[in-house]
Amino acid sequence: MPLPLTILGLESSCDDTGAAVLRRDGDRAVILSNVVASQTDLHAAFGGVVPEIAARAHAEKLDIMVEQALAEAGVTLPEIDAVAVTAGPGLIGGVLSGVMAAKGLAMGLGKPLLGVNHLAGHALTPVLTDGMRFPYLMLLVSGGHCQFLRVDGPQEFRRLGGTIDDAPGEAFDKVARLLGLPQPGGPEVERAAKSGDPARFDLPRPLMDRPGCDLSFSGLKTAVLRARDDLVAAQGGLSEQDRADLCAGFQAAVADVLAGKSARALEGQGALTGFAVAGGVAANATFRARLDAVAAAAGLPFVAPPLALCTDNAAMIAFAGLLLHEVGQRDDLTLSARPRWPLDTAAAPLIGSGKKGAKA
Amino acid sequence: MSRAIILPEDPDLAAAPAGWVVVAGRALAGPEATAALARAIAPVLRAGDTILLQGQLGAGKSHFARALIRALMGPEGECAEIPSPTFTLVQAYDSAAGEIFHADLYRMGDPGELVELGLDAAMEEAICLIEWPDRIAPDWPATAICLRLETPVGAAERREVTMLAPEGSDLAARCHVAVAA
Repeated sequence: MPLPLTILGLESSCDDTGAAVLRRDGDRAVILSNVVASQTDLHAAFGGVVPEIAARAHAEKLDIMVEQALAEAGVTLPEIDAVAVTAGPGLIGGVLSGVMAAKGLAMGLGKPLLGVNHLAGHALTPVLTDGMRFPYLMLLVSGGHCQFLRVDGPQEFRRLGGTIDDAPGEAFDKVARLLGLPQPGGPEVERAAKSGDPARFDLPRPLMDRPGCDLSFSGLKTAVLRARDDLVAAQGGLSEQDRADLCAGFQAAVADVLAGKSARALEGQGALTGFAVAGGVAANATFRARLDAVAAAAGLPFVAPPLALCTDNAAMIAFAGLLLHEVGQRDDLTLSARPRWPLDTAAAPLIGSGKKGAKA
Repeated sequence: MSRAIILPEDPDLAAAPAGWVVVAGRALAGPEATAALARAIAPVLRAGDTILLQGQLGAGKSHFARALIRALMGPEGECAEIPSPTFTLVQAYDSAAGEIFHADLYRMGDPGELVELGLDAAMEEAICLIEWPDRIAPDWPATAICLRLETPVGAAERREVTMLAPEGSDLAARCHVAVAA
C-alpha cells in the first residue's frame, strides 16, 4: 500500500491559475482543496474568453492561490511532502511562472519537485475520481485539445487519433457566434437544439469515411455557415425554429462523429477496464448518452469525471504528481517549462505539435 | 414563421494602416482555389515574412494557413495535424524554410500581449501567419502583407482575395504572381 503523502499541485498553463492539496490515504487519494482563479468570467464582447496570457498575471496569483489552497485544506507548508507543477504543454509565460514558483517552494521546503505534463493530468483524472484501473481508453476533450488516448500507466500513453483542425468545444463556440447565440457556445447550442429537427439540414460527418481515429470539425462549422447564409438569402433572416434545427443538425453530426470514432478507437484494444471521457463534451447530454452507448456496446463501463475536474485544475496535477512520485520520479532545479510536450512520445511525430512554441 | 432572429453583425475588418495600398486581388472559385493560392505563395516565403490573414468567421483564413503550412513542410506536411490556434493562440511548426508560427489573435485582449506570445520576436525570425490582425490594427508590421478574404454576396463557395501591403513591399512583390494570377 502506498505511503501516506501530502502533495501540493500548481497549474498555470493556460487561462487559469490553480493550486490544490491532495493526500494519499491508503488506496485512495483525497482532494483536501482545489482552488482556481479563473479569467473565464471576463467574457469579451467578441464572443469568447479572453485569456490571461501574461506571465506576470499568473505570477501575481500563484502565491495567493497556494495560500488559499493550504488554508482550505487545513495544512501548513511544512506538512507538504512534495510539490507538483504543470511543466507543459501550454503558453510558455504561464507555465514558466508555475515552474518557478514550484521550484522556490520545493527548494525552500527541501521537498521533492515533480514536473507534470498537463495532458497527463487530464488523462489520469478518472483514476482519481473513479478509481479507474489501467488500461483504459480516454477521449480527452479540453480547451483546444481533442484526442483518443490509451492509458496504460501513469507514464504510458498511446495516442490513437485526434482532431486535425478545430476541437469540438471550439466548433460549438463558433457555431454559436454564427447563429447569434451567447458564449460559451456548448450549453447554448445544446439548449437550442432541444427544440430542433436534427434531420432538416444535411450536414457532413467529416472523416467518417476514412480509416483511423482522427477527427475534423472545421468543415462542419463552414457547412452551418453556408446553410445559415442560404436561409438568410432565401427568407431574409432566421426564425427561432431555423436556428434550433441548425443547432440540432450540428449537434447530431458531432455526436455521430464522436460516437463513430470512439467505437473505432475501442476496436482491437484488447482488455480495457473502461471508456473515460473528460471535458465539456461529457457535459452535453446527447453526447453523454451516445458515448455511454458506445461503451456499453463494447461491454465496458463509461466514466465521466465531474466537470470541475475536467476543466483545467491543480488537483489533477497534484494527483499525476503523486503517481509519478510513487514510481520514483524526482525533478530538480533543472526542470524546464515546455510549451510543446506530446504525451505519446513514441507515436509517429505529430507535425502539429512542433518542437518549439512561443519564446521557446 | 416564428419570430425572426437578429443575427450578429459581422465585425468590421480593420482598415490597413496609412501608407498601405491594394497591390493585387482576384476571385477564388472555392476552398480548393484558396488552398492552391497558399501553395503558390509558399515557395517565395522566407524567415522574417509575416502574412496577416483578414476575414470573417468561415472566410477561409485557417484553411489558407493549413494549406500553406502543409506546403512549407513538404511531403511530411501532407498528413500533418494542424490544430486551430484559437484556444492556444499560437501553434509553432518546423519546416525547411524555417520555423512557422500560426497565431490567432481573436481572443487577445491587449496588443501588448503580442510580446508575451513571443510574436514580436517571431516576426523577425520566423514565417508568421496571423489571423485576426484586426486586434493589433493599425500597428501592422511594416514587413508584413495582409491577405483579405471576402465572400461575394450570394456566392457562398467563392471568395475574393485582396493583397494589401506597404508601398514598395518586397514580400508583396514576391507574392504578386501568385495573387494576381
